[in-house]
Amino acid sequence: MKNNNKNDLLQIYRTMKTSRYFEERMEKAYLEGKQPIFNIGAGPVPGEMHLSNGQEPAAAAMIVHLTKDDTVTATHRPHHQAIAKGVDLKKMTAEIFGKKTGLGKGKGGHMHLFDPTVKFSCGGIVGAGIPHAVGAALANKKKGEDWVAVAFIGEGAANSGAFHESLNLAALWNLPFILVVEDNSWGISVAKKNSTSVPSNDIRAKAYGIKGYLVKDNDPVEMYKVSKEAVDRARNGGGPSIIEIETYRFLGHFQGDPELYRNKEEVPTLRGKDPIERLKNHLLKENLATPAEISALENKVYEVVDDAYEFAIHSEYPEPNEALEDVFC
Amino acid sequence: METIKAKKDKIRKLTGSKAMVQALEQELVRDKNIIVMGEDVGKYGGIFGSTTGLYDKFGPERIMDTPISETGFIGAAIGAAAAGLRPVVELMFVDFHGVVMDQIYNHMAKIHYMSGGNVKLPIVLLTGVGGGYSDAAQHSQTLYASFGHLPGMKVVAPTFPEDIKGMLIAAIRDDNPVVFMFHKTLQGLGWMDQLQASLGPVPEDAYTIPLNKAKVVREGKDVTIVGVQMMTIEALNAAGKLAERGIDAEVIDLRSIKPIDKETLLKSVAKTNRLVVVDEDYLSYGITAEISAIMASEGFHHLKSPIVRLAIPDVPIPYSRVLEKYVIPDAQDIINAVENMITV
Repeated sequence: MKNNNKNDLLQIYRTMKTSRYFEERMEKAYLEGKQPIFNIGAGPVPGEMHLSNGQEPAAAAMIVHLTKDDTVTATHRPHHQAIAKGVDLKKMTAEIFGKKTGLGKGKGGHMHLFDPTVKFSCGGIVGAGIPHAVGAALANKKKGEDWVAVAFIGEGAANSGAFHESLNLAALWNLPFILVVEDNSWGISVAKKNSTSVPSNDIRAKAYGIKGYLVKDNDPVEMYKVSKEAVDRARNGGGPSIIEIETYRFLGHFQGDPELYRNKEEVPTLRGKDPIERLKNHLLKENLATPAEISALENKVYEVVDDAYEFAIHSEYPEPNEALEDVFC
Repeated sequence: METIKAKKDKIRKLTGSKAMVQALEQELVRDKNIIVMGEDVGKYGGIFGSTTGLYDKFGPERIMDTPISETGFIGAAIGAAAAGLRPVVELMFVDFHGVVMDQIYNHMAKIHYMSGGNVKLPIVLLTGVGGGYSDAAQHSQTLYASFGHLPGMKVVAPTFPEDIKGMLIAAIRDDNPVVFMFHKTLQGLGWMDQLQASLGPVPEDAYTIPLNKAKVVREGKDVTIVGVQMMTIEALNAAGKLAERGIDAEVIDLRSIKPIDKETLLKSVAKTNRLVVVDEDYLSYGITAEISAIMASEGFHHLKSPIVRLAIPDVPIPYSRVLEKYVIPDAQDIINAVENMITV
């Protein structure tokens, strides 16, 4: 356990750091052309932009247990989940810049990233990806493979019909399916306590006769342990689980959100408990990495992300009439 | 091109539903990645008989009854298709799709496009359409145009058993999502009106019929009448009576809603110079409007008289027999329209 632990925790740290640096660059790229007057359709990265800064443990500490044969369906806030799953970062960045070299040749954008080579997809409709993961789990079971399928959602999606229908199906058919609920406390502006009849969604697992877990306070190490148990169970035919993790949304629902609905102290308090810093401290304290190793790892992360942005920025836009392609195969 | 290769001695008369069962059975044997899912598709055999006997032959692993969770199981079909299965999913009545349209038009229809062609979703969505038996506003619609309007899915609605089998096999083998609409009255079910047209010759061996071709089902020179499913049957009945009055009508069975076969439509109107479009869907923005627009923009010079559109007059389908009969076009409506058009 100890050695695996070390490699896995370093991998989690690398993923979280990659996601964070990727998004810090994205935050800047997104604002290009949008100042001094914010226009959502302007600049090199137009449209809505949902960043996941603060939510990295949910994805990184779960997906470290998965391989490329396992399926992940993700949300409208998908960058940390995509990066953790090993989606091609160059093609992903190019897609967000609307380039021909992007994952979807510029037809998808940041909410619609598809990389079938690592079985990753996401989408812009809250809760809609849950049954897709159930279907992937069904296919895995029918093919006799031990591959699992994991759906990521926000806590707001736990009140959708898709949540209930999908969990009932997954439990009924005893599928290798795990639902990760990233509870960042906010459904855009509506607080969880004003939208959800239970304090946490792991409680709802009982309604489907499956296992539920709650990971408190955005803890990457706890998320890592709990996820391992759920993934092992699913792989061994033990059926589905729900994992809810209390996580942090450092930024607005989307870039440009005035965030008038939340207390001014909330974000500084959350940033004071930054999970990336906490994991770094854990790695150092437990002698799992030296400061020099951490620094080398971080430099590599910056290089990989910078390369992806270079690739995206210097890629060509599609020809306008390519809009007519790919409706049918 | 139609690829019916079966020998004549292997052609039997089947109902619409038996043609569907035969298509599914042959394909399930051919490809182990095909599964059939839906409400009551198992032991019951499908409320409209499209999966009769398949459960006994292939078992619950491949013929899967689902809970009444349309978003769940149609969404699961999307995920399963992306993961390599070829799901055939039935949702009993087209009217029921309101609860699951997000999965259909935002996901099933768009994922291939949004992925730049990298994700294929070979799904067939089977659903029963149509009225005429007093099932009222929530169980009698066709909604042909609602599905035809949205990009990314093929939409077919065959009429005759031979086309039902060939187009269902083609739909299953297609790598795109296909919405396959069968008309309840054309299934040849013992508990509905018995129509001669719901029984027809079907070659025994597997064959495919293209998903993008209309079919001229009666040749004529004086007027083109275009129908879909029951409206094709009404058009043929009307054509028979018009012939007695010296009017020679050509009847086209549209078969494919999306893509629509402009070529066959334009070629026919170039010959007859007159067009009546009959639809068991709502009038506004529907098939009658689409075909009229095609003619106005690409076949205007062929037309000797204004196009006539017959469809449900923008009201929900009423329950009482006299009311329902009033809103669904029939042969007499077609005859009246044609006689008004043509002075014999």
